Amino acid sequence: MLFTSYAFVGFLALTLTAYYLVPGRWQWPLLLAASYGFYWAASPWYLLFILVTTASAYGVSLKLADLSGEQRAYLAAHKDLTREEKRAYRAGIKKRKWAWLLACLFLNIGILSVSKYTNFVIRSFNALTGRGLGPVDMIVPMGISFYTFQTVGYVIDVYRDRQPVQRDFFKLALFVSFFPQLVQGPISRYGQLSQTLFTPHKFAEKAFSFGLMRILWGYFKKVVLADRLLPAVTALTGDGTYAGAYVLAAMLLYAFELYCDFTGGIDIAIGVGEAMGIRMPENFDLPYFSKNITEYWKRWHITMGTWFTDYIFYPVSVCRPMLRLSKWSREHLGQAVGKRVTVYLASFIVWLTTGIWHGAAWNFVVWGLANWAVIMVSQELAPLYERFHRRFALRGKAPYEAFQVVRTVLLVSAIRMFDCYRDVPLTFAMLKSLFTRFDPRVFTDGSLLGLGLDGADWLVLTLGLAVVLAVSLYKLKRGGIREALYEKPPAVFYGAMGALLVCTVVFGAYGAGYDVTRFIYDRF
Amino acid sequence: MKGRRWPAALGVALGVLGILYLAQRLLVPKYQTGVVEGSMVAEYYRERVDHDLIFIGDCEVYENFSPVTLWEDYGISSYIRGSAQQLPWQSYYLLEDTLRHETPKVVVYNVQALRFSRPQSEAYNRMTIDGMRWGPAKVRCILASMTEDEHFIEYLFPLLRYHDRWGELTGDDVEHLFAKDPVTHAGYYMRADVKPQTGFPAPQALADYTFGDMPMDYLGRMADLCREKGVELILIKAPIEYPYWYDQWDGQAAAFAAEQGLTYLNLIPLRQEIGLDMTRDTYDAGLHLNVRGAEKLAAWFGGWLLERIDLPDRRGEPAYDAVWEEKTALYDAMKQQQYAEIEQYGELVTFGANAVEG
Amino acid sequence: MDELLKILHSLHPEVDFTAREALVDDRVLKSFDIVSIVSEIYEVFGVAVPAEEIVPENFNSAKALYALIQRLEDE
Repeated sequence: MLFTSYAFVGFLALTLTAYYLVPGRWQWPLLLAASYGFYWAASPWYLLFILVTTASAYGVSLKLADLSGEQRAYLAAHKDLTREEKRAYRAGIKKRKWAWLLACLFLNIGILSVSKYTNFVIRSFNALTGRGLGPVDMIVPMGISFYTFQTVGYVIDVYRDRQPVQRDFFKLALFVSFFPQLVQGPISRYGQLSQTLFTPHKFAEKAFSFGLMRILWGYFKKVVLADRLLPAVTALTGDGTYAGAYVLAAMLLYAFELYCDFTGGIDIAIGVGEAMGIRMPENFDLPYFSKNITEYWKRWHITMGTWFTDYIFYPVSVCRPMLRLSKWSREHLGQAVGKRVTVYLASFIVWLTTGIWHGAAWNFVVWGLANWAVIMVSQELAPLYERFHRRFALRGKAPYEAFQVVRTVLLVSAIRMFDCYRDVPLTFAMLKSLFTRFDPRVFTDGSLLGLGLDGADWLVLTLGLAVVLAVSLYKLKRGGIREALYEKPPAVFYGAMGALLVCTVVFGAYGAGYDVTRFIYDRF
Repeated sequence: MKGRRWPAALGVALGVLGILYLAQRLLVPKYQTGVVEGSMVAEYYRERVDHDLIFIGDCEVYENFSPVTLWEDYGISSYIRGSAQQLPWQSYYLLEDTLRHETPKVVVYNVQALRFSRPQSEAYNRMTIDGMRWGPAKVRCILASMTEDEHFIEYLFPLLRYHDRWGELTGDDVEHLFAKDPVTHAGYYMRADVKPQTGFPAPQALADYTFGDMPMDYLGRMADLCREKGVELILIKAPIEYPYWYDQWDGQAAAFAAEQGLTYLNLIPLRQEIGLDMTRDTYDAGLHLNVRGAEKLAAWFGGWLLERIDLPDRRGEPAYDAVWEEKTALYDAMKQQQYAEIEQYGELVTFGANAVEG
Repeated sequence: MDELLKILHSLHPEVDFTAREALVDDRVLKSFDIVSIVSEIYEVFGVAVPAEEIVPENFNSAKALYALIQRLEDE
């Protein structure tokens, strides 16, 4: 059930209605039933996968909590132990906890890897050895990366004693399978989501209509803008036909398409939660207003970024071998190298993983590493920039900030072309053509009309993107637009909702001929 | 909800519904010019008198029989419930729908579409079904007809299907927002131009000549329904050679009729007797008859029918006279207009493919 | 404590670490800084800060960070 299917809209309407009709204590069980129904509709087989993940997380987290409890009780009962004895006891418990955690990680990351990457490995093996092994018919459960990450995060939090364990299997099952975020995130943390997920919620007009407004806004971006742009992006990046200035067009159009598609989907997910009084983490913070790529990655797909930081970057960079490596490098290779080695290595691993996570193809690996390279280079250049800024007193000046924003958008868009073109060599060739065969006339001579979009399409796109830009600027300068509309007479607020609905229904790119549209991110 | 907010919410909701309703009226195709087949099914509901004879089927009925001739020659009040590529299950449900409004004495079904054993084309489905009045027949017709990518809700709210037409709206869409002009003559689609039949590709051998279960099931249901309502069902095959009507198909149609005690009439071998001249009586090289051919066929068929079944001559009954006089006038006027266009331009300009806007 | 302040100061000479109480929440310390701090703490104090201790509460002020080091030394 895609967010953009009639079935989902109907399912959502039924779920929301039922949610406020049942007694408060039945609300979360209802959501669990709805989430399993949602997943079952995609394929009954998927349920098996999510049940294995849920059961393993449940069992292991209970075990981890028991071991921590055991440790606390033992230490409380044996206050007379020496420091060394305490240390030894703690180390023993930690070893057992680590074994359990590792088993759980192996199982869940293993399922994820096997289902998503088997064919990638076979293809790569064939390419390297010239053999012709056939692909394997694999079930790739919808949204498996998202729920696996979310669940693994919970187990690690329990392991770290940062999160009290959930002893109710069904509550944990709802956390794993909560339907709005199942397909494409955001990746919630248990500690945050559980605060509102299980509590009873009374119908509140403001929260409900804010949720609906956000859902409609999401559909507007997704159906009116992203899906309408799709044919042009597909045409531009299908092969090497459109080189030179077209590559710039492809970069910008894909930047808008991906933004509208991904933020639209997230707005629908978060809006569904809001309409039920459930708070999910934000996933975007106006990413295209970032002034450099590091900042961009703090503002785009935020929940993925923080997940990688907390569960991969930190553990990798502060593990003992890494600390020793850092110390050794400082002593033998000098301060300059020693200071960098941890950060370079750990972020290399993070970006490699991020690339692989985005897709089972070398394009994504290169994409991840390109991001890493750019971030490292800008990290190295930071002192230089600092001097430059101080010398010319540019910081805070609007034209210079605008330049930084445009530069960042172009940079991330260029890197992103690796996940757009067919393969890595083609991407390099096309990016090169940007400099060697740039002919700006394609923007003015009507060539863009030959990309599957006619003048009317471009008109809708231009107006729609102007609206998106205006809303973003408003958020940047003043704050949330919903709050501002809510302060106005009620007819204005509801009128805006109605306008969104009508525009989406009439100008949406859906229906016959458009059925192939899928959220770009549900592959991940 | 706070006391003063809900009236605004309700007001906006009603306003949005109103706008969506208007948008739907505007965006649904009007089928007034050029491709008029999409208007046929709905036009039936404007009829003001009952019919003793109803034709059911695809283009092989609505382009080949002229009800006005049946009226003028025999006083038979007839109507053609046909539409483009009307599939057997659609014919069945249109029959069911028709029999809810009136009970004719005879129903004539053209068997050509039995060769289709499953749903075919979304576009043709829409042209046939959109015009049906809502009721159990329409619901079941949609469910039987939908191709894989179709959604019931798009029939319920056609705006969802046609919303994309905002880029190609024409004057017709505004002019006929609420009211449409009649495009047929008791269901008959008139063409006066001539394009002689020259020859057809040789028939290809098929792997299997057996009609599918689905069409035969619905044919059986047509027979049952007619029996139940006391209506005489007659099966025909229009006198058109292409798409090729295989002997094996003919045999199955005849066998079904014999088994059910129905009459089956294949008109292809009777063309000479009917007086059809396929160098002059067709407008598209033999696929369909033109108005000359349709009048000849109607005249012959009316005579054939009256030899077997006693159909009342309604001429002289004021209600019928009024309606049919009006129809005849419209029919004659359109015929004159078409002949005039052909005379002036050598082809039709405000009918058929040339008239499609844009 | 002085050694710790020296580590922090070398990363961000412009910040007065004795006065700030929300170094992480105000984004003064970014993830790269935190990793540097942890590896220098390892070098200077011989204490390995495990990943589970990398939470804003422990890094928001020099005082909290020092308390963390002492606790870890103690365990």
